[in-house]
Amino acid sequence: MTDNEKKALQITACKVRIGIIESTHAAKAGHPGGSLSAAELFTYLYFKELNVDPKNPKKWDRDRFVLSKGHCAPGLYAALALRGFFPWEDLKTLRHIGSYLQGHPDMKSIPGVDMSTGSLGQGISAACGMALAAKLQSNPCRVYALLGDGEIQEGQVWEAFMFAHHYKLDNLCAVVDNNGLQIDGPVDQVMNPYPIEDKLRAFGWEALTVDGHDFDALENAFAQARTVKGRPFAIVMKTVKGKGVGFMENQVGWHGKAPNDEQAGTALKELREALAGLEAE
Amino acid sequence: MADVKKIATRTGYGEALRELGELHEDVVVFDADLAGSTQTGVFGKAFPGRHFNCGIAEANMMAAAAGAASMGMVAFASSFAMFAAGRAYEQVRNSIGYTGLNVKIGASHGGISVGEDGASHQCLEDFALMRSIPGMVVMSPADTVEAKAMVKAAYEHQGPVYMRFGRSPVPVFHDEASFRFEIGRGEVMREGTDVAILANGLLVAEAVEAGKLLADRGISARIVNMATIKPLDGELVLRAAAECGKIVTCEEHSVVGGLGEAVCALLSEKRPTPVRRVGTPDVFGHSGPAAALLEEFGLCAANIARVAEEFVKE
Repeated sequence: MTDNEKKALQITACKVRIGIIESTHAAKAGHPGGSLSAAELFTYLYFKELNVDPKNPKKWDRDRFVLSKGHCAPGLYAALALRGFFPWEDLKTLRHIGSYLQGHPDMKSIPGVDMSTGSLGQGISAACGMALAAKLQSNPCRVYALLGDGEIQEGQVWEAFMFAHHYKLDNLCAVVDNNGLQIDGPVDQVMNPYPIEDKLRAFGWEALTVDGHDFDALENAFAQARTVKGRPFAIVMKTVKGKGVGFMENQVGWHGKAPNDEQAGTALKELREALAGLEAE
Repeated sequence: MADVKKIATRTGYGEALRELGELHEDVVVFDADLAGSTQTGVFGKAFPGRHFNCGIAEANMMAAAAGAASMGMVAFASSFAMFAAGRAYEQVRNSIGYTGLNVKIGASHGGISVGEDGASHQCLEDFALMRSIPGMVVMSPADTVEAKAMVKAAYEHQGPVYMRFGRSPVPVFHDEASFRFEIGRGEVMREGTDVAILANGLLVAEAVEAGKLLADRGISARIVNMATIKPLDGELVLRAAAECGKIVTCEEHSVVGGLGEAVCALLSEKRPTPVRRVGTPDVFGHSGPAAALLEEFGLCAANIARVAEEFVKE
């Protein structure tokens, strides 16, 4: 990736973060922490990796993305808006009565959303079903799923991991956002999921651990994912929960709490300064 | 019906899947290590490339079926009723019900007639669970002919469907050549005016027998096959209430939450009518041969006739 490309992605990720803060602030609810930790991932997917077309959001061979950790909808919605699936201004209707931007992704109402999620553990299974069907249909699309590191405590996730290996779903790429925190505290204190990469390998997956805020690392990982045949690929993404907003970083309390007016102001000031800095470079 | 041929409704499920598979390339079938029991193995043998055993992992199976359906496939997912409706309830609710995807759940071994396996496997709550999901079609066929027709109707229907099949052989009384099935339509098996008996599943044959017993006792009982529990054929129920004045519901299910309650809910709001419910009381089952259990829990012609007779004479 060229420096200019990387700069553009960094600028977009910063805008995704602004969208996360603005939308959760307007909603007075939502999940900023895990949305912010995956901002680079959302950006990379929608601006580099996925074959999608906002003008034709249902085209048959589009790549599918399933937000298995559905509560991080604010990050997904911001990326979809920036990519042109719906107007940016609509982000401020998040979670409002009458808005199509439901608290968790709703495939029936939101352009660009391929699976309704929110109940943890189910999205990765749905992604497996999509990948399986794609093979039957000789559909060249690839299927991507983003899971939380707390989410993988769900037993169903491991049922799905077994299934993906059993049916050799090499068109499936799962990403685990390893930000290390879940609602009740650090993941290894609540219910230790480690070692994640080793467990995935033991389940027959090809797996790689990368810095989830580094676009070069993401590019390398997704490129590698496409070369693996006969087995699914997992990217364990080391991230910082709340990334980009100083007072939210690594704070459990920002898992599922919206910023108030003052906090949103502080966060947006920081993000806009970062954005201005990137654009000035 | 002693001379009548007996076949389990799950047999019709397997045959219908195979026939659908021949006609439609978009049919895919998922099972959870029970393909021999649920009869999806019949499809699997004919179309091994479209039959996916998920192992003993019903939660993943249901959501994977939803994923396949989102790609335009018509996904059938099967296990025992206990695990399809019970264990995987929330996957069915969120990944299939909420999405409205084209997943057809074929649940076998429903009810007390599972028999010897005992309470852990005797699902008496599946109608209640599945009825509570918005948009879910809930059905239970009376014989294998109806089962086959129902599965084909489920394929044509857009959206989620739950079908419950039985383990035990039951009398075949529909004629395959002439039988027509429509989702949401009850079937009047016998006309009558003193009481209407609404049944589904294996209790339809018992209700028909009860109708004969009642006729011998001078009671005119209308017998109705309510194969679709949701959406309920309200018009037929209201007409039965108006013309017969008393309703008996019969189901191989708890009296909590099934056909009986659906009928009561409709009648209490639209046309208050006395109802008696034949079903398992609010208890768990236990091991034993199917026939003995059905008799013990009153899920038989003799008890249906007794309940109806006492009800008419009240």
